[in-house]
Amino acid sequence: MVTVHLPRSLVTLFPEAPPRRLEMASSTLSELVDALEARWPGMHDRLCEAGPRIREHINVFVDGERERDLAAPLPAGSEVHIIPAVAGG
Amino acid sequence: MAKRVEVLVGTKKGAFILESDETRGDWRLRGPYCQLWPTHDFVRAADGTLYAGGGNAWYGPSVWRSLDDGITWTQSSRGLSYGADGPKVTTVWKLEPGDGVVYAGVEPAGLFRSTDRGETWEHVAGLREHPSQPQWEPGAGGLCLHSICLHPTDPERLWVAISAAGTFETTDGGATWTTRNKNVRADFIPGPTPEFGQCVHKLRVVATNPDWMYQQNHCGVYRSDDGGKDWTDISPGLPSEFGFPMVVDPNDAKTIYVIPHAPPEEGRQSIDGKPAVYRSRDRGDSWQRLDTGLPREHAYLTVLRENMAIDSLDQSGVYFGTSGGQVFGSNDEGETWSMLADFLPSIWSVEAAVIEA
Repeated sequence: MVTVHLPRSLVTLFPEAPPRRLEMASSTLSELVDALEARWPGMHDRLCEAGPRIREHINVFVDGERERDLAAPLPAGSEVHIIPAVAGG
Repeated sequence: MAKRVEVLVGTKKGAFILESDETRGDWRLRGPYCQLWPTHDFVRAADGTLYAGGGNAWYGPSVWRSLDDGITWTQSSRGLSYGADGPKVTTVWKLEPGDGVVYAGVEPAGLFRSTDRGETWEHVAGLREHPSQPQWEPGAGGLCLHSICLHPTDPERLWVAISAAGTFETTDGGATWTTRNKNVRADFIPGPTPEFGQCVHKLRVVATNPDWMYQQNHCGVYRSDDGGKDWTDISPGLPSEFGFPMVVDPNDAKTIYVIPHAPPEEGRQSIDGKPAVYRSRDRGDSWQRLDTGLPREHAYLTVLRENMAIDSLDQSGVYFGTSGGQVFGSNDEGETWSMLADFLPSIWSVEAAVIEA
């Protein structure tokens, strides 16, 4: 399991707002995005653009290190922070 | 049956609704909606569905939808993409609901349609396959497809306008497109009037007579009598050829409204700080200045291309929004004006709807 932290500006886009902090059984970033999409349809497109690749102004940190590769592994117990880039606002 | 009038306002930070009864004397504002999403267009379809389109720097382009009058909203951009090898769609500029379809114009310029009320979108690829596409140039607002004009009876036929590529028409549902820019000037391109490259700011087709069209262009105001095949400059009588929005009275297709602005090198704003709407009742042969109730001086308003609307009541109401967050309205065909709202975020679109209450 990994712990995922979602930004408020993302969760409020969905009628049944996801929790800001949740546990997911995902072993890669791609799996994590797919799992979020399955629970909250449309979330994939908010986080990723065609490719797919992570949107330019969405920053993802895995255990504090910035990660842009959707194929990146997520070690069990890792903390994933999804944070809008300051440049986007 | 009593009627309710709505002015739907899209802003840089969300969507708002102004509501009034048929007198259009007192207005109530509600919103913001769409989670402060930058909203380029906000419309109500004939079936009552509210759609709002725009783009967010973090989360990309999307179309919001409400089936319950704005109480709850969902959003989707599924299919709203040129694919991994194409340019990135940044925002939705225009939404045009039709019979069983909703069209979306996006930036960079392209056309999408949805046949499931905005759940999913399909690229109308034929437009970007037009041989002129590699030479399309952006205007100051970007390379945006901002006008979508549906033929009132033929679903295969529609016109779009792109700033700054010009007007295009399809008669086969979007598979192929023809330029419709004859005699429309493009002063920023040397030589004779080009086949494409014109900077259309707003294109309108007359629903009751689709041979009649109008456009406010970067380089003048024009009308067409033949579905856009040829255009006539109707700018004489206006204080400036430059402006962004234009509307046609749904009760009288000879009556049109524009808001002349100072040209780009003079600021794209109210001329001499004195805002005015101009109306023609004879298809642009003559114009009347309408400014009663508008600020008299030191008011440097910018009214962008999607920012004027007209309702369909017998005595038409006319509305416009400003980049400074004001909405002005007239319930007497522009003769007198009042401010309906102030201090809103920068306004990007104004649409009017009349609803059976």
